[in-house]
Amino acid sequence: MSVSIESPRVKPAPRRGVNWEKWGWLYMRASGVLLVVLIFGHLFVNLYAGEGVSALDFGFVAGKWASPFWQWYDFALLWLALIHGSNGMRTIINDYTTVPIGGTRLRRLFTPHYIFKTLLVGSTIVLLVLGTLVIFTFDPCPSGAPADLLPTFCAARS
Amino acid sequence: MSLKSTDLPAPAPARKLRPTRTAGRFSLPKRPAGTVYRGGEGMWSWVLHRITGVAIYFFLLVHILDTALVRVSPEAYNAVINTYKNPIMGLGELGLVAAIGFHALNGIRIILIDFWSVGTRNQRLMFWIVIALWAVLMLGFAPRHLMHVFGGE
Ligand code: HEM
Ligand code: HEM
Repeated sequence: MSVSIESPRVKPAPRRGVNWEKWGWLYMRASGVLLVVLIFGHLFVNLYAGEGVSALDFGFVAGKWASPFWQWYDFALLWLALIHGSNGMRTIINDYTTVPIGGTRLRRLFTPHYIFKTLLVGSTIVLLVLGTLVIFTFDPCPSGAPADLLPTFCAARS
Repeated sequence: MSLKSTDLPAPAPARKLRPTRTAGRFSLPKRPAGTVYRGGEGMWSWVLHRITGVAIYFFLLVHILDTALVRVSPEAYNAVINTYKNPIMGLGELGLVAAIGFHALNGIRIILIDFWSVGTRNQRLMFWIVIALWAVLMLGFAPRHLMHVFGGE
């Protein structure tokens, strides 16, 4: 009886399909570079410049989101940061939980690995939708609000 | 490019695993000899990167919810954002900036290790550059932020 062992120097056959793990890896790096700029800009304007945190209120946000520049800035920040963070948390879940094998699909779903992943995917989708809606449906001059809390450009203030 | 075993950093010269004698008693050596990775800058940068990443992630979850209050009412948003201005939250923001500062700078270090031909060889030096830049960042930010938070107005 002879056993044949593949030569270790032979290139493994290329795998079929999209290599998602590789694109995720690349995304962490590409989004990271962009996030350095976006987050430091965000913190500089909201936390450092002028009065720092003391300046933050409804009028401050209304003033920023009156400009499409800050709307799209926050939109990019939201999507890049949340997907980067979620993909990072996915790695951490993979590191600290074991993927169940055997049993029914339903039984496997109720194991720590899949419970955490379901929560992760669910919360990420909800927050991406919520955050996007908040930016683009924002109303700087809601009727009935106390005029002194509104930005100066609202009709209620003049 | 394929890695050969000779491309790996040479393991630290193995210390003799002979028990050392202290005050008349035997004690085992403090750590196993010859590990490439355990302890040292490589491990601690990973630990810090992971902890800061998780901390920023949970902040972001809450932060998207608190910002969403602008769609509820100006009163609701102002009430919550005013808590950002009290001293305890002020210290929390300092911690957040410290965490982001490290995660961002070390993230650039990771990217350089992955894409820069001599990145891996210089990872230890780059770790200390990260720490130095982080210290400069915090020295620039902390006094001004604490003045905003504790300064009265
Ligand atoms: C203590 C530090 C921070 C303060 C005081 C702060 C303050 C604010 C304020 C006032 C807004 C309203 C819109 C605007 O001004 O652009 C906002 C929105 C936002 N911030 Fe921050 N921020 C902080 C840290 C961060 C960090 C670290 C991140 C990213 C990881 C972040 C991500 C966002 C996002 C994504 C939005 C838009 C939310 C939405 O779509 O509803 N912020 N932040
Ligand atoms: C400021 C710019 C940022 C840069 C340059 C950056 C860079 C990186 C890099 C290079 C990785 C390693 C990915 C890997 O090992 O494959 C990483 C992991 C991670 N990042 Fe970021 N990141 C940034 C912001 C953020 C933000 C805002 C969050 C949270 C919302 C976050 C959360 C995470 C998490 C949870 C991990 C996984 C850590 C681990 O696997 O140990 N990062 N980041």
